[in-house]
Amino acid sequence: MELAQFVKDFELQFEEVEPNSITPDTIFRDIDEWSSLMALVIIAMADENYNVKLTGDDIRNSKTVKDIFEKLKVK
Amino acid sequence: MSAKALIQAISYYLPSNQLDNAVIETQFPEWSIAKIAEKTGIENRRIAADDETSGDMAVKAAEKLFRENSIDRSTIDYLILCTQSPDHFLPTTACIVQEKLGLQTSVGAFDMNLGCSGFVYGLGIAKALIVSRQAKNVLLITSETYSKFIHPMDKSNRTIFGDAAAATLISSEHGFAEIGEFEYGTDGKGAENLIVKNGALRSPVTEKEAVIDEYGNYNSDNHLYMNGTEIFLFTLESVPKLISKTVTKNNLNKDNIDLFILHQANRFMLQSLQKKCKIPNSKFYIKMEHCGNTVSSTIPIALYHAQNENRIQNDNTILLAGFGVGYSWAGTILRTF
Repeated sequence: MELAQFVKDFELQFEEVEPNSITPDTIFRDIDEWSSLMALVIIAMADENYNVKLTGDDIRNSKTVKDIFEKLKVK
Repeated sequence: MSAKALIQAISYYLPSNQLDNAVIETQFPEWSIAKIAEKTGIENRRIAADDETSGDMAVKAAEKLFRENSIDRSTIDYLILCTQSPDHFLPTTACIVQEKLGLQTSVGAFDMNLGCSGFVYGLGIAKALIVSRQAKNVLLITSETYSKFIHPMDKSNRTIFGDAAAATLISSEHGFAEIGEFEYGTDGKGAENLIVKNGALRSPVTEKEAVIDEYGNYNSDNHLYMNGTEIFLFTLESVPKLISKTVTKNNLNKDNIDLFILHQANRFMLQSLQKKCKIPNSKFYIKMEHCGNTVSSTIPIALYHAQNENRIQNDNTILLAGFGVGYSWAGTILRTF
C-alpha cells in the first residue's frame, strides 16, 4: 500500500480538481467539492480498492489526505 | 396443496408539493446541488402538505390502487400499514385508514413501525396471513412523511428524503408474481445512527437549539438524525450477505436473478452495492430521480415503474432487498408468470 497511489486514487474521486493538484498534505476539507457525500465516496473507494472499511470517525479525525492514508494502513 | 401468496397490483401516491433541485439551490446557494445530484440521482422530491398525514396519503394511495386496477374494496380482508410517522400515538393509523377507505369492519388492521425494510417485511406478513388461511386479500400500504421530522436547514437529509405512499394488494388467487422465501435481519446496535430521538416517551421534545455539523447541516434531537457514513458502512457490510442468503434460501444462484430491486436509498449507495455484488446494469433497477428516498415505499414504487417499462417480463425471478433504520433488513424473491 503506497501513499502515492492512495493520493492518486483519492484525487480520482473528484471531478473538479486539476490533475496532480492533490498532494499528501492537502487539507481535504478545503477542496471546494468536499461534502458529506464525498466522505462516502472515499469510504467506498477504500472498500473497493483496498478492501478496508474506513469509518466516519477516521475521516472526521483526519485533516490531510495523508492522515486518511495512515488510518487505512493500520486497518 | 399449500396456499400461494401473489402480488396482484401496486399503485402509489406522491404529494403535490415539489422540492426540486432548483428550490434547494435557492435555499442553499453555497451548496453545489447539481454535483450532489449527479451522485444521489435525485432531481425532485414531493413533500406532504402541513395538514397532510401518513394516514391521508395511505388513503390516497389505496384509492388509486382500487381505481387503476378495478379492485372491489369489499374483497379486502386485511390491512397492514407500514409507517414510522403515524397520525397519532394511538389509535393505530390503520384503523383510521380502514374507516376512511370504507373497508369491511371484518378486516384485521394494524400498523407496523419499520422504515426502509418495511415493504419486504410487509410482504412476509401478508404471505404468512394468506398461507395460514387467515386472509385472502391483504392490502399492504407503506406511507411516510419523514419531511416532517427533518430540520428545515438540514440540507443533506432534505436532499435525500421525499414523502410518498404506496399500496400493494397481495392475494391468494390473482396476481402477476408469486412471493418466495424470506431472509430477515436485525441489529439494534445501529439504532442511534438513524433516529428521531425526542418526542416519544423515552425523551420528550426539548427546547435545546439545533447544532450545526461539520458539513453545515442543522440538527437537533427533536429532528431526524442520520449518520450517513455509519449507515453506508452497514449497507456495504450487510446487503451483499442479505442478497446471497436470500438467493440460497430460494434454492437459486445469483445468475438466476433477472432483476435486482434494492431499497432506493440513493444512486451512489445503490451503485456501490451493485459493484460490490457484481451485478450487471441490465439486471439492476434504479428509479428514484423523481421522488427521492421514500423509505418503505421505494421498492413498490420501483416495482411499479419496472413493470410499466417492461423491465419485468413473464417467468422472471426478481430479488427484493430492503435495509436501513433499526438496523433492520429483509430480502425475498418474486417469480412472475
